[in-house]
Amino acid sequence: MAKPNLPAPDIKAYPDHHVISQPNPLRHVVQYVEGDEPDDPVARAERALADLSGEFEAWMTVECNRLAAAYSAMLKNGFTTAAQEELFRAAHDIKGDAATFGYAAAGAAAESLCRIIEHAPDMTRVPADLLAHHVQAIQAIVREQTTIDRIGVAETLSARLRSIADEYLTAVNQDRPEHLEAVLAPSIVPGD
Amino acid sequence: MYRIDFNKLRFLVCDDNPHMRRILRTLLHSFGAREVYEAEDGATALEMFTHYVPDIVITDWAMPIFDGLELAQMIRQPDANGNPYAPIIMLTGHSEKRRVTMARDAGVTEFLAKPISAKGLYQRIMNVVTNPRPFIKTKNYFGPDRRRNTNASYVGPERRTGGKVEILQQPSLMDKARIPG
Repeated sequence: MAKPNLPAPDIKAYPDHHVISQPNPLRHVVQYVEGDEPDDPVARAERALADLSGEFEAWMTVECNRLAAAYSAMLKNGFTTAAQEELFRAAHDIKGDAATFGYAAAGAAAESLCRIIEHAPDMTRVPADLLAHHVQAIQAIVREQTTIDRIGVAETLSARLRSIADEYLTAVNQDRPEHLEAVLAPSIVPGD
Repeated sequence: MYRIDFNKLRFLVCDDNPHMRRILRTLLHSFGAREVYEAEDGATALEMFTHYVPDIVITDWAMPIFDGLELAQMIRQPDANGNPYAPIIMLTGHSEKRRVTMARDAGVTEFLAKPISAKGLYQRIMNVVTNPRPFIKTKNYFGPDRRRNTNASYVGPERRTGGKVEILQQPSLMDKARIPG
């Protein structure tokens, strides 16, 4: 497709910048409707998501297997940059997806693992148990979701892992203020 | 009340995770969108962006080859093919303040921290459609106006000079990132 035909912008020039305004190119998709909309699009989307939820358990299993494979590859082939990146991406995907799929505690443990990979000065010096326990906990939470979540074990496990990881990251980043600040900063995600 | 006619909008979704793409596709189709193009990495997304000229781009951050941040920087090239003004919604598992700032400085229009929700996504789309911001071009930035700080006496190193100080009456990207997703 060719370059789009955009409305001519209004450009104001100042000594060190330009301010470019153009008529809203998406104005034509906005409609005014009287009163409440009978078919709320958000409610419709939530229903569609609920319809999809039957697949979430299988999806989480796939994500967990990917994480386990990345961890095994790192143990086998060493802490290479590529291995660390793949482990981070696998954990990061679980961090982002797990709550949507109904596995919030697994997401919290995955976030803790992401923080270790991102902020540890040297991955080869991270206690082996700390990494292993994160990977195993995520797998266990997903595998045993129906049995352990009822009594809050999953949340307790994630919180404990996060606490130990934060303690470690705080200790090893004393001379790295940028990382220390990031480790101690509150999350921007509501409810964290 | 205002509503969006989604079937007139063309979306480009970029996420390396097939499950998240499926979720996004499901949500967008449920809103009423018919044209949803999908890419699993930044390079493919850039090619599709030029080819399909989407109205709105929704991208993940962490991806192989080149990531969502680099994708945003490539889209925001004033003389490039495609539409450099296209709204970009960054949907990411990253949830640290410095990440929001980096996304903002790459020209991202809206930031949505995962976990995703129908309401959070709908709100971001509604905002980019109904409240487009003017674009600013400086020596080292091209993208939506970042000046949403209501502190008019701000004197940071990147404060623009010349012209009256105009403050957009919108919450900052950081405040919006805190809105439940």
